[in-house]
Amino acid sequence: MSDEEDDIILSELNDEDLVAQMFDDLYDGMKDEIEEGVNLLIARGWAPYKVLTEALVGGMTIVGHDFRDGILFVPEVLLAANAMKGGMAILKPLLIATGAPRMGKMVIGTVKGDIHDIGKNLVAMMMEGAGFEVLDLGINNAVESYLEAIEAEQPDILGMSALLTTTMPYMKVVIDTMIEKGMRDDYIVLVGGAPLNEEFGKAIGADAYCRDAAVAVETAKDFMARKHNQGAAAI
Amino acid sequence: MSTDASLTHDGLAPKGHGRVLLIACGALAREIIALRKGNGWDHLDLQCLPAIYHNHPEKITPAVREIVTQNRAQYDRIFVVYADCGTGGGLQAACDEMGVKMIAGPHCYSFYEGNDAFAALDEVTSFYLTDFLVRQFDAFVWEPLGLSKHPQLRDMYFGNYEKLVYQAQVKDPELFEKARECADRLGLEFEYRFTGYGDLAAAIGEA
Repeated sequence: MSDEEDDIILSELNDEDLVAQMFDDLYDGMKDEIEEGVNLLIARGWAPYKVLTEALVGGMTIVGHDFRDGILFVPEVLLAANAMKGGMAILKPLLIATGAPRMGKMVIGTVKGDIHDIGKNLVAMMMEGAGFEVLDLGINNAVESYLEAIEAEQPDILGMSALLTTTMPYMKVVIDTMIEKGMRDDYIVLVGGAPLNEEFGKAIGADAYCRDAAVAVETAKDFMARKHNQGAAAI
Repeated sequence: MSTDASLTHDGLAPKGHGRVLLIACGALAREIIALRKGNGWDHLDLQCLPAIYHNHPEKITPAVREIVTQNRAQYDRIFVVYADCGTGGGLQAACDEMGVKMIAGPHCYSFYEGNDAFAALDEVTSFYLTDFLVRQFDAFVWEPLGLSKHPQLRDMYFGNYEKLVYQAQVKDPELFEKARECADRLGLEFEYRFTGYGDLAAAIGEA
């Protein structure tokens, strides 16, 4: 049998099989196929938000679980993320045009002295996929950069990332400055990065440590739900 | 002397003689042996953990703890030749608890340069290689990051870096060329810096 005969023609699949195939393609980091799948679903009348949540986020969640369980490693996750990014690039303008539901707003950045952004980028992408508006401050952010952004953007959540044990203590500098300025309790503070753990998150006064992008999304949703409940209780 | 590959994956067993046991990263084995030989420090025995723990710092503290427990009765004292090395203070805490000393600094790049000098440099966008890491570049960088299979990922990993700094412990034209080649493969500028053994020599001398 030739390779050509083995090829799956995405356009010939029904919606259910196409989404299942997109999960496989995302898992294998096949960007071109993901872009084709997204375009096909849109052409079939799927709402952009449905494509995002059911085809892309659904597939990326499997990737996240297998990374957590040691089945996939960083290179495979990066390839999957790159494929998802290709799909997101098609969906973003459509999501803006169709007014997709908004879960909340997040400002996120890697801390001062640290230029590593793979995990942070993954969290930002998955948060966007979950319906959060994300302002990404990039790398090497001093406390002033975070404060300026949260004052200007008034997000619900501040996310900080670090890969190095030498830079992760800077997260406490940011949180302590927020406390000094009396603004700490106005924001949900989530922290993450390879050398961190829950104990560290608690010790520096963050609301939560998030082990990976999937946990970050679930934690953010949980805090937003609590925030809304508190708001409702106050009425 | 063990091969670089065996130092990477297996480490180095102690000889079983000497009053002081050094527990070190396999990436420092050649350098420590050179210092021992050059200075006649025959009282030092050396056991190395697999150097690849560099990529898995969560394995360092429990492994050091186990070796200290197993060996403390056979030696007058034990000195740990690991800096913090990504353990987030965990190794220092374990050493304090066990009453053993360890070399100061955040990582070997810092103590090779000299901890004070390294801190003053504040080079956020530099990627460092030592002699050992130049020789084992594929095992420590290229393969674990999946770059042989997926070279398109290179800039996702290294896009924020500007230069590769080769901290040379010995003057070796072959390693110089290999380090330059590593910089090219990563798409980074190249800087050669002869550090010698830096703070490592004094630390071993006082062990």
